[in-house]
Amino acid sequence: MNNNKESFAVKQLIVSSSPHLQSNESISHIMWSVVICLIPALIGSVYFFGFRMLLIIGLSVLSALGFEAFAEFMWRRKITINDGSAVITGILLAFNLPPNIPIWIPIIGSGFAVIIVKQIFGGLGNNFINPALAARAFLMVSWPQLMTTNWLAPRFGHLAGYDAVTQATPLSLAKNFGTPETFQSLNSWPVIKNLIIGFRGGCIGETSAILLLCGATYLIIKGYLKYRIPLSYIGTILILSFIFYITKLSPLSPIFHLFAGGLILGAFFMATDYVTTPMTVKGQWIFGIGCGVITMLIRLWGGYPEGVSYSILLMNVATPLIDRYIKPKVFGYK
Amino acid sequence: MFKFRNMLRVATTFKGGVHLQDHKDLTANKPITKAPIPKKIWLPLIQNTGLPCKIIVSIGDYVKVGTKIGEAEGNISAHLHSSISGKVVDISEFNHPILPTRFLTCVIESDGKDIWEDSIKEQDYSRFSNEELITIIRDAGIVGLGGGAFPTHVKITPPSEKPIDTLIINGCECELYLTADYRLMLEKSKEIIEGAKIIAKVLGVTKIIIAIEKNKSDALELLKQTITQETGFSVIGLKTKYPQGSEKQLIKTLLTRVVPYKGLPMDVGAVVQNVGTAHAVSEACRYNKPLVEKLITVTGLGIREPKNLLVRLGTSVYDIVNLCGGYAEEPEKIIFGGPMMGIAQYTDEMPITKGTSGILVLTNKEVKIIEEGPCIRCGKCVNSCPMSLLPYELNNLIKKRNFSKAKQLNVLECIECGCCTYICPAKIKLVHAFKFAKNEITLLNR
Repeated sequence: MNNNKESFAVKQLIVSSSPHLQSNESISHIMWSVVICLIPALIGSVYFFGFRMLLIIGLSVLSALGFEAFAEFMWRRKITINDGSAVITGILLAFNLPPNIPIWIPIIGSGFAVIIVKQIFGGLGNNFINPALAARAFLMVSWPQLMTTNWLAPRFGHLAGYDAVTQATPLSLAKNFGTPETFQSLNSWPVIKNLIIGFRGGCIGETSAILLLCGATYLIIKGYLKYRIPLSYIGTILILSFIFYITKLSPLSPIFHLFAGGLILGAFFMATDYVTTPMTVKGQWIFGIGCGVITMLIRLWGGYPEGVSYSILLMNVATPLIDRYIKPKVFGYK
Repeated sequence: MFKFRNMLRVATTFKGGVHLQDHKDLTANKPITKAPIPKKIWLPLIQNTGLPCKIIVSIGDYVKVGTKIGEAEGNISAHLHSSISGKVVDISEFNHPILPTRFLTCVIESDGKDIWEDSIKEQDYSRFSNEELITIIRDAGIVGLGGGAFPTHVKITPPSEKPIDTLIINGCECELYLTADYRLMLEKSKEIIEGAKIIAKVLGVTKIIIAIEKNKSDALELLKQTITQETGFSVIGLKTKYPQGSEKQLIKTLLTRVVPYKGLPMDVGAVVQNVGTAHAVSEACRYNKPLVEKLITVTGLGIREPKNLLVRLGTSVYDIVNLCGGYAEEPEKIIFGGPMMGIAQYTDEMPITKGTSGILVLTNKEVKIIEEGPCIRCGKCVNSCPMSLLPYELNNLIKKRNFSKAKQLNVLECIECGCCTYICPAKIKLVHAFKFAKNEITLLNR
């Protein structure tokens, strides 16, 4: 092999294992898509509760980015604030706060979410519970008064979704001030319609089901969302509340349960967080059903009016267990 | 749903897999062209799955086209024949496209005359018995030309306790960029049918299915027309999805039979042969012609004139690239096979072997070296795995060098199709890890 040696000369070739092509999808691409899909609900919240919402969401996002950069700098990790994951955490945390919250609460929440929940465990991909929800739970136990009373009535609407006597969100109205008349009005179509559009009280980003669903639909079409989780989650809620409704255990209709609290936000954007949910198809069904059961238990018999965030946190903790025992059968294995 | 489909006995597709942009338009309309005789060829003495063959010529010997230069050793091995006429100039170690090391290679210099062995002439094979046909196929050194390079005579003589009822001719060609099988189906459809009939006769089966992905609709139509006179044949168009052409997935799709865990297609009564193999079998039986030529697709943005070329075995990539107008720009990667399963080469001084299905030259537009990100547990790899493995978990175990656990989780069942790595948003090189683990496990067991 010494002839034509010169003419053989190609510059050094790259040798690597197959496959030699990879899709254009990247982590930051997916994360930023999720951010874009949260924007309709963000605009909705500004419309319903005023421009102060921009301040709260902005502070939450900026402090999440700041804490992420700070933590990664301190741990000498690669600074990854442009991958979009901290932005999502910031937006989701703000979405889970009452509209009239003091402006220092989202900053503390972001710090807890990013540093304690995410970076201490190793950064993106290593946290075992959803950072935004964990921060919300932390704020709930630390400042319960601030977290449960700072509600605002939406523009052109009422806190309870209709002109009720008491000042309460639909779910707490049902929980704490339940009379046959209130149940009847909560189940009626005008109230349900207000719940779907967003003319009701609640956390900043959870009120408008229709705007959240717009974003979620895009994510499902693009395949960026583990759609089996919201499907089984919401399905479980509907089935359970239907059973309770017809057996007269609960006076509230399944449709009310679907749109009243943070279920749409939780099921589509929080319970589907990639990192803290099972990877197998069967595991995702189990995760969704588990969330649904726990949510219904808390809503009907628990101390809080709403159970979405705790149900997701509990199932997050169960995820390693699900992943350990639910494994697909290898092709051809009997 | 799964059981319901089984009841109806209609599988539309298999579980997992990915939809890809196929890039076949570069060469799909280029007819097969015969490459001129190369001046020099390099024939590695292992070109098939199984054992290498034993060299039976020595330096200075004169060989014709079709002269046997390597004798099969052991059960799973294939003969090797010279693909040009000329003189054996060297027998020494040379680059091998698949092995990690260099391998003993017979180098032949052409005399420019292209004289074929006298025994290679048209014959009436219809009077031959099955045993004689198998001998012809074995003497021709035919191996599976889809890329696996498993000796064909072994595959078509299953042990008697494994009854075979279906022969599948695989024309899926699901690998990206490659169009050689497609052109072969368009231009040599009669020969493919003929080869399929010979294999079916040897196997004693009457049911022959030709499977083609639906993106090759004209080949599908042409073969449907060709088989109208034949009995026992059916041509089935399959959903275009990678890796549709993989043996086990193909059998699942066509027959709704699942090849058992650690089993072979013959365990469910099926034998799969590539269209190229069927064509080679027909040539071997009709002309007594050994496997000395290989149809390959030379393609990619790095090639000035992409082509479907019929080349002699042992031709070097360098010669072939020159036949195709040279490099269009500086090559970044030269791949034997397609981009999903092909093997990257470190030099273009590399001979074409029986298992080469194409040469793909990628430029810096297509080759991106992306740093691995953290796994965000999106689960895409799990959903895309056609073998239902857990790529992310295997990767984690392999990173910790826990090979025994990886083996328990069936890393050895990985078919290296590349779906998981293609789809991973964190760009984790999963297949790389699995290949490494498989190698380590085999070494440990040795």
